[in-house]
Amino acid sequence: MRPLTPIRLLLICTILAGVLLLVALVSMKFGTRSIPLADLTSVLYHTATGQNDQISSDYRVILFDIRWPRILLAMIVGAALSVAGASFQALLRNPLADPYVLGVSSGAALGAILALIWAPHTPGVTPLAAFAGAAVASAAVYFLGRRGGYLDSFALLLGGIITASFLSAVIMFLMTVIPGSDLRGMAFWLMGDLQTASPVSPRWLLLVVLATIGAIYTTAADLNLLMAGEQEALHLGVDVTRVKIVVYLGASILTGVAVAVSGAIGYVGLLVPHLIRIIFGSDYRVLIPATALGGAIAVVLADTLARTLVSPIELPVGAMTAMVGAPMFIYLLRRRVE
Amino acid sequence: MNPGTDSSAGDARPEVTAPRTPAPVRLSVDLASYSYQPGGGAAPLFTLEATSFEVRQRELVAILGPNGSGKSTLLKLLSGMLQPLSGRVQLEGFEVARLDPRTRAQRIAVVQQETPLLFPIRVWEYVQQGRHPYTRGMRFESDEDRRIADRALAEAGADHLKDRWMHRISGGEKQRAILARALTQQPMLLLLDEPTLHLDIAAQVDLLRRLRRLAARNSYAVVVVTHEVNLAAEFADRVVLLDRGKMLRVGTPAEVYQQDLLQQVFGTLLHVDHNAEGTPKVAFSGKEA
Repeated sequence: MRPLTPIRLLLICTILAGVLLLVALVSMKFGTRSIPLADLTSVLYHTATGQNDQISSDYRVILFDIRWPRILLAMIVGAALSVAGASFQALLRNPLADPYVLGVSSGAALGAILALIWAPHTPGVTPLAAFAGAAVASAAVYFLGRRGGYLDSFALLLGGIITASFLSAVIMFLMTVIPGSDLRGMAFWLMGDLQTASPVSPRWLLLVVLATIGAIYTTAADLNLLMAGEQEALHLGVDVTRVKIVVYLGASILTGVAVAVSGAIGYVGLLVPHLIRIIFGSDYRVLIPATALGGAIAVVLADTLARTLVSPIELPVGAMTAMVGAPMFIYLLRRRVE
Repeated sequence: MNPGTDSSAGDARPEVTAPRTPAPVRLSVDLASYSYQPGGGAAPLFTLEATSFEVRQRELVAILGPNGSGKSTLLKLLSGMLQPLSGRVQLEGFEVARLDPRTRAQRIAVVQQETPLLFPIRVWEYVQQGRHPYTRGMRFESDEDRRIADRALAEAGADHLKDRWMHRISGGEKQRAILARALTQQPMLLLLDEPTLHLDIAAQVDLLRRLRRLAARNSYAVVVVTHEVNLAAEFADRVVLLDRGKMLRVGTPAEVYQQDLLQQVFGTLLHVDHNAEGTPKVAFSGKEA
């Protein structure tokens, strides 16, 4: 018996943060040009001690202008998508829920594309439109999944898949009809892509994502009970309506932000919470922070692979996550049916 | 609350030897009614007509009636999930539907028919959830919370199940774990919705004995919705008999279990006997009339 204590939570987070650091270092090292470990250590040492003039300009450009911003972006997106997945799983009482599978990412992508078409030069409007798209799509899926007053697991997944394919068709239509749109770039972005520079500064991104995860975290203990059903949660004193609104808005913001900066990277929100549950248990008080860190690790890893696997050509990171995620989804689905 | 003050004033007798003094009323249901409205001014789908009864401390009251008689609706009124259309449901003088969810969960525990868990958790984790209405902030359980949960596990006879997985224990064991979680809430009122469903006869008797004991020891008021007429006759202090949204009778099992009445309510041939202590026994007739 290992009851959850603040110390245990801190320990788990420290371990995961350590792994994240390690993965980030690996990602710094590898790329089109691999940097010898000795050089990497010395660059980092000099940065840490403020001796920036000791670093060769080559390395400065590769490590701090190219690789680090991208790693940071991967971390933020990974954390956002994973926590969004874990949140949707509790909200919809469905362990297979994921922003991508449910079509919520497609909703966000449609919102972002509409923003790009109508207001291409207004900063900040893309993530807002993506959030709105995500919110509308998740509401639509929620109502499609309701059968006689309760959520039906399969109706929900089916509703999500239909929503996703419908929205993708609308996106394809827009991309084809709108003159001057870069089809290949858009297609890449839709697959989930960290190459394109983020339209929002990473500092703002980090702030919004951390604040949203924090807001969702205030409901962690309630989510544990919500997993057992709304009625039971009510009987145990959970303010169900408030919790659902916080989690619904939070998950939509996280999905919207992630999609606005990196397109629809799939299955992260499904895989990461599952792995974290297997390792650390399903208590949301651990799950949310651990999932945020785990998601960051997963997307940094996936992006490193996407950059290096067939170098110098780059794969979209979403293709990497889907290649691992889709078979895993099928496996989990089959296991549930049995 | 008690107009007869002479029995308590200057009375030096210890409480245990005065069984005739009625315990204070915990739950009072006063002409409470409810009706499910389909909207658009159409006729209501189901109506529970004005219902009145009381549950005292240490009492076990059974709600009986055929399917569709309004048992679940009544239970929802008692647990505060529904607000009565007219009348009142009060726990120690407070209207249950008006209590905020946290306070209500500190006073009323509901044992429902089991809902499937989405992710595996251990029995002790499950039981610990009963402390939820008492914890604040980051909501880590204190040592006190853990002690209370341990005591509840012991009281529910689920001590040995502590480290087992919820989805790997038998129906009877699960029922004990669910009861333990309800006890962890330290309620005044314990509501149970068909707790003996899916239990074998030994587990049914064990559960009801346990409930009686707990009601006496922890001064709970206990309300059980059940189909088991004979278990109710054996273990309930009083019985509320419902039929098609009407409360037909409230009283001791001996008062309520009248052959004609039960036959009419359940729509089948029944035979009511009384044993030496006057406890009624219901038997069905094997052959068609």
